[in-house]
Amino acid sequence: MASFVHTVGNQIFRFDSLKEVMAKASPARSGDFLAGVAASNDGERVAAQMALADIPLKHFLSEALIPYEDDEVTRLIIDTHDANAFAVVSHLTVGGLRDWLLSEAADETSLRALAPGLTPEMAAAVSKIMRVQDLVLVAQKIRVVTRFRGTMGLRGRLSTRLQPNHPTDEPAGIAASILDGLLYGNGDAMIGINPATDSIASICALLEMLDAIIQRYDIPTQACVLTHVTTSIEAINRGVPLDLVFQSIAGTEAANASFGINLNVLKEGYEAGLSLNRGTLGQNLMYFETGQGSALSANAHHGVDQQTCETRAYAVARHFKPFLVNTVVGFIGPEYLYNGKQIIRAGLEDHFCGKLLGVPMGCDICYTNHAEADQDDMDMLLTLLGVAGINFIMGIPGSDDIMLNYQTTSFHDALYARQTLGLKPAPEFEAWLARMGIFTQADGRVRFGDNLPPAFRQALAQLG
Amino acid sequence: MANTPHHDNSSNPWLELRRLTPARIALGRTGTSLPTAAQLDFQFAHAQARDAVHLAFDHGGLREQLSERGRDSLLLHSAAADRHSYLQRPDLGRRLHEDSAQLLRQHAQANPGGVDLAIIVADGLSALAVHRHTLPFLARLEEQSAADGWSTAPVVLVEQGRVAVADEVGELLGAKMTVILIGERPGLSSPDSLGLYFTYNPKVGLTDAYRNCISNVRLEGLSYGMAAHRLLYLMREACRRQLSGVNLKDEAQVQTLESDTDVAKNGNFLLSKP
Repeated sequence: MASFVHTVGNQIFRFDSLKEVMAKASPARSGDFLAGVAASNDGERVAAQMALADIPLKHFLSEALIPYEDDEVTRLIIDTHDANAFAVVSHLTVGGLRDWLLSEAADETSLRALAPGLTPEMAAAVSKIMRVQDLVLVAQKIRVVTRFRGTMGLRGRLSTRLQPNHPTDEPAGIAASILDGLLYGNGDAMIGINPATDSIASICALLEMLDAIIQRYDIPTQACVLTHVTTSIEAINRGVPLDLVFQSIAGTEAANASFGINLNVLKEGYEAGLSLNRGTLGQNLMYFETGQGSALSANAHHGVDQQTCETRAYAVARHFKPFLVNTVVGFIGPEYLYNGKQIIRAGLEDHFCGKLLGVPMGCDICYTNHAEADQDDMDMLLTLLGVAGINFIMGIPGSDDIMLNYQTTSFHDALYARQTLGLKPAPEFEAWLARMGIFTQADGRVRFGDNLPPAFRQALAQLG
Repeated sequence: MANTPHHDNSSNPWLELRRLTPARIALGRTGTSLPTAAQLDFQFAHAQARDAVHLAFDHGGLREQLSERGRDSLLLHSAAADRHSYLQRPDLGRRLHEDSAQLLRQHAQANPGGVDLAIIVADGLSALAVHRHTLPFLARLEEQSAADGWSTAPVVLVEQGRVAVADEVGELLGAKMTVILIGERPGLSSPDSLGLYFTYNPKVGLTDAYRNCISNVRLEGLSYGMAAHRLLYLMREACRRQLSGVNLKDEAQVQTLESDTDVAKNGNFLLSKP
């Protein structure tokens, strides 16, 4: 293991490993303090950033943060590293990579070509020496486009996951939230339910219901019920219509084991999804959720800082050509991300690192009631991620998830981003909204139709 | 939630859907934004949840009420000094402060032989939940468990406590079973939700896999009677099988599967025949 010494003026800072430099270079956050890996003060943090900036990118290929022998995620990262793609930056240090990313040499084409040449650790390292505006500017250059029944990630587009959760999975209650969302133009990324009950019978019933709604109203979107990948495989084996295969993933083998998965189980889920051949435009069908702190909370972080662990999860994700990946940034709680400032920075880091690695990133812009955060913080992160070109965000009635008990972006929040940043939904969904008379968008302005769409008026009439 | 006022631009033609879900649907719009009333409703709900998280544990009041009902109590403190440290260091909230551990050791020495059941009450993330529900819930529990004849320790109150602090309390008291009543993380519409965690043969270092949880005890959620009923089922089964946690839960869950299927069969208006 290399040790790194950095001198600033008459102060000498010594770091015993790449892992230690990375952890101490991380902008301050509660989870790294909890793990005992954070810098002991601000000076040491910036010294670590300076030391990190001087480390050649090639060094990351010879010093694994988590040993190759101990961890299948490390093996995946090393074994799939594309040396040809790496060539363009292989002579650079971490600091040099930052300069290159911000330079004119880095554009949509060259960044797409670079993605398989970067390891998650390189991406995490460079993010630690980037300010918020750097994270936004570079991410904005990158597009990661994926397709199933709709097209995600095109420039000038922002998609939304309609999340119609209900505390007891009551179908009529779920349907009410779905209709509310659709009438606010939400749901092109997916209609995705977090089920309250994880029984196979209830999962299958929800999948059947979502499929029937999508077919009845001819909605160009995809359905997802967020259950364990093995439950999705079971549903597929039972012949239930299933679009997207969900799983929570993390950046270490041990953390994934705590979720009851490994790379092989994910591969089985991916192949089961492909066997249904349900995508009309493409076959990106995995939907992953991640979040800083998940490895630490499973005590499976190997002394690696939480942001680097998170970025390693994107190596797992990109291996399965996902439709979308969602960093659920503020859900985990204040012991990992204490306040709005930490949540905002983490959301931007995750989006940047994911995009840099070629992952179709979205963000659950969210917080819990015991975090020092509020709606204003979410507005800031939403605006920043909108500018950065995020693929999708959540959409929920009035920001209030009544099943998971946390706050995320609302249907109205997405409309705010459309109005202020001129972002449109996926093209297929945009056409559906126009056809239904829900809304059209020109010059950024959202123009709602004057009347309820006839098909939905009829459905409402059933309520008597 | 207050009604959304009518506004030129906030037509709200699907208001009737509100009776199908407690979700904040049909809020209307002004331009594309939330109308003022809906916006302030949300802010008030969030403020209540925040206030619940930061409300100080009124242990004095609770001890007084317990004593009026003839229950002894002990007051302890976790290793987390204050709310700020409690929120960032869950590990500290899971352990007792050394002075408190010492107090329990002395109590156990003076009352040797252990007990069947130790009841712990911790503020958790909502002291409000604990203030509101502790006494009425304990009354129902006692009523329903009178025939079991379990010996009990004084009610143990823990300030800045997390669920696992009950393990240390139980171990020091030599308790066969612990039940901890703890304030759950407040939701926007549930600032006072109480959680119950049950452990058989508690000791420091157990993971959640060894516990059984009964959640959402509050007026709008699970009733005291039903919560006590479920808890006693778990406790009696635990005594019989000498374990708690995931292995105990498996059998108890069978009942809920059938009702899930019934729920899923109910139709919904988006899919009814035109």
